[in-house]
Amino acid sequence: MKFAIQINEGPYQHQASDSAYLFTKTALEKGHEVFRVFFYHDGVGNSTRLTTPPQDDRHIVNRWAALAEKYDLDMVVCVAAAQRRGIADDGEAERNGKDATNIHPRFRISGLGQLIEAAVQADRLMVFGD
Amino acid sequence: MSQTKKLMYLNRRAPYGTIYAWESLEVVLIGAAFEQDVSLAFVDDGVYQIIKGQDTGGIDMKNFSPTYSALGDYEVTKLYVEKESLEERGLSLDNLMHLTWEDEDEDWAEKDSIVLVSRAELAQLMDEQDVVFSF
Amino acid sequence: MSILHTVNKSPFEKSSASSCIAHASEGSAVLFYEDGVYAADKRTRFASSVTGAAGVKFYVLGPDLKARGVGEDLLIDGVEVIDYAGFVDLAVEYDKVAAWV
Repeated sequence: MKFAIQINEGPYQHQASDSAYLFTKTALEKGHEVFRVFFYHDGVGNSTRLTTPPQDDRHIVNRWAALAEKYDLDMVVCVAAAQRRGIADDGEAERNGKDATNIHPRFRISGLGQLIEAAVQADRLMVFGD
Repeated sequence: MSQTKKLMYLNRRAPYGTIYAWESLEVVLIGAAFEQDVSLAFVDDGVYQIIKGQDTGGIDMKNFSPTYSALGDYEVTKLYVEKESLEERGLSLDNLMHLTWEDEDEDWAEKDSIVLVSRAELAQLMDEQDVVFSF
Repeated sequence: MSILHTVNKSPFEKSSASSCIAHASEGSAVLFYEDGVYAADKRTRFASSVTGAAGVKFYVLGPDLKARGVGEDLLIDGVEVIDYAGFVDLAVEYDKVAAWV
């Protein structure tokens, strides 16, 4: 089965990203396909490379990046939601005159069409939110 | 995209207190380009999204309620509003924005986009979908 | 077509759990996970909403129960405990998933 995963909340504040990660990891280990992981609303906060969580707790961003690396996942951050919340890649920084970028390289910023496409192409859409 | 799926956008939250109502509308607008069979469901506090007379001047936020009026132009013509959700809140169709679309098959006749449904009917509608979005 | 509904908030924090159950048709399933697991606790006044839902199959995510110290002996009769593998299997078994957040 092909899954599309939507995450609506940022890391740590809500359990959404954790639940989504565990579901996604389990689905992949069972041999299912994950078409795309799409981060919307505050979920875009899962893509910053600047988090420094306590050493004795899970590192949510890095954990997603490692899973994406292992299974070649497409992890997409919505451009409009990212702009609103200050997640920027080189392109966004240049276009919008920002003096820094903060996105983790394993994530890519793209449009909402990527979410719709994922929902239409996949067999199941899983939404994790609050 | 070769297939057409039935997509339902489940709206259960009030506007302005959180961003979900507005950002979900942005998905609907972008999604319109994908020519799927789309509908919106307004349930629980979601019915508050389409109350008429919203004036956000005092809270310095953008009043996005006019965007609902544009949905017809994007060929999003099925806005299911749950009766029980309205009744629980002491509301009726009269409190809602008059949302319409123009049917080109009937000489651009203006038709209502809002369809009042019972909870049971909405449950049935949900069963008929291929995808349910939640925000 | 049958739905797997998911509920991740406590029935005392939000109306999501009760709204979900009110919209769950016969033949559908409801999974309680994250804070939603409290909806499966037989001690709460919400329990009757679960037992009263005819024709709906209820599941609860074990890891979230354990995390919150809710023993499986405290669950409403008939609510089945599953793990993440079971969660994935349910998502495959049912035609689609509707999240009540």
